[in-house]
Amino acid sequence: MIIAVASGKGGTGKTTVSANLARSLGHDVVLLDCDVEEPNAHLFIRGELLNSEVVGIPVPKVDEGLCDGCGECGDFCAYNAIVSFGTKAMVFPDMCHGCGGCSMVCPRKAISYFENRIGVVETIESEGVELVQGRLDVGVPMAPPLIRAVKRHIKPGKTAILDAPPGTSCPVISAIGGADYVSLVTEPTPFGLHDLELAVEMVRELAIPFGVIVNRVGVGDDRVHAFCAREGIPVLLEIPDDRRIAEAYSRGVLVVDALPEYRGLFCDLFAKVEVLSTGGVRAR
Amino acid sequence: MKIAFTSSGEALESALDSRFGRAPKFIIYDLEEESFEVLDNEINMNAAQGAGVQSAQRVARSGAGALVTGHCGPKAFRVLKAAGIKVYTSEAASVAEALKLYREGKLAEAGSADVEGHWA
Repeated sequence: MIIAVASGKGGTGKTTVSANLARSLGHDVVLLDCDVEEPNAHLFIRGELLNSEVVGIPVPKVDEGLCDGCGECGDFCAYNAIVSFGTKAMVFPDMCHGCGGCSMVCPRKAISYFENRIGVVETIESEGVELVQGRLDVGVPMAPPLIRAVKRHIKPGKTAILDAPPGTSCPVISAIGGADYVSLVTEPTPFGLHDLELAVEMVRELAIPFGVIVNRVGVGDDRVHAFCAREGIPVLLEIPDDRRIAEAYSRGVLVVDALPEYRGLFCDLFAKVEVLSTGGVRAR
Repeated sequence: MKIAFTSSGEALESALDSRFGRAPKFIIYDLEEESFEVLDNEINMNAAQGAGVQSAQRVARSGAGALVTGHCGPKAFRVLKAAGIKVYTSEAASVAEALKLYREGKLAEAGSADVEGHWA
């Protein structure tokens, strides 16, 4: 089963939930940190680095000897990454999405590819939990190709937990696409609710069953609960606003290790998701 | 020679648009014929990325040998330079005024992009 942990507002507790859930399951689980711009699950799931692979996207290079400036490549490209206007073709690597189309339409077969490095995917083993994280190189504008590379480490037979980036943008869609269930983590405040509503809209668009986890209950009010009740969205888990959780987090210690009484909550979360993902809330 | 001007409208009195890649229109003025044509650039106003690149390509295809704009970003500049088009920046209020300044030789040629790229 593939469970994605996402949110609208950032800082609500996605990594707290995904890392603690992974540790609570303890075995046959792979945690995939898809927030490739700032992976942080490794702060809590520490272990031996098993593997590191460089990831690149295929960017065109033009053989000027063969190019006759016909412009077919520029006309085809939806991202304006390659242009041609009576002179030779010019490439803008950071706009290229690596679709390979320009090479296919070139009548002179003048376009080939080089791998343009965007980042790395690292695999770490930590007491039965496999952590796979992507680290996007500083300055690279495009996260989705690296996120897809991280997700290629999803293994059949192992529960996969996807720790998504915050928000509702392209990287998030790349991260949660194909998941069996999405848990949206929020805090019970006006900002939390506002951004949760955006995230709910996104997940409904993707037609993946989902539920909500309310973190830091007690810090705000009940508007998030009222919203979920109105919309028929299951509240999967409520984590109280317990200062000891923040203290453990700030030391890089998992909640379920510092405060074993919380283990049960995360195991219950998993059990609920298993049930709901096969017949739970679907998109309207 | 033809000169391209970034324009907010279809007449020479239209305001010279300060942006290049996302200018609503280009006025391509033919200095010899003393006539001009209008190129619509709405497609690039809302482009997520590559507006400058696409606009530069269109200006190059129009046959213009020079461009007058408020500002020009780095990717557009690279394309224009490769196409051999001279880039001039101007604070002139209208296309007509910019044309006059060009004819009087009062416009400075830009040696590089003068602004960063930006999204819509």
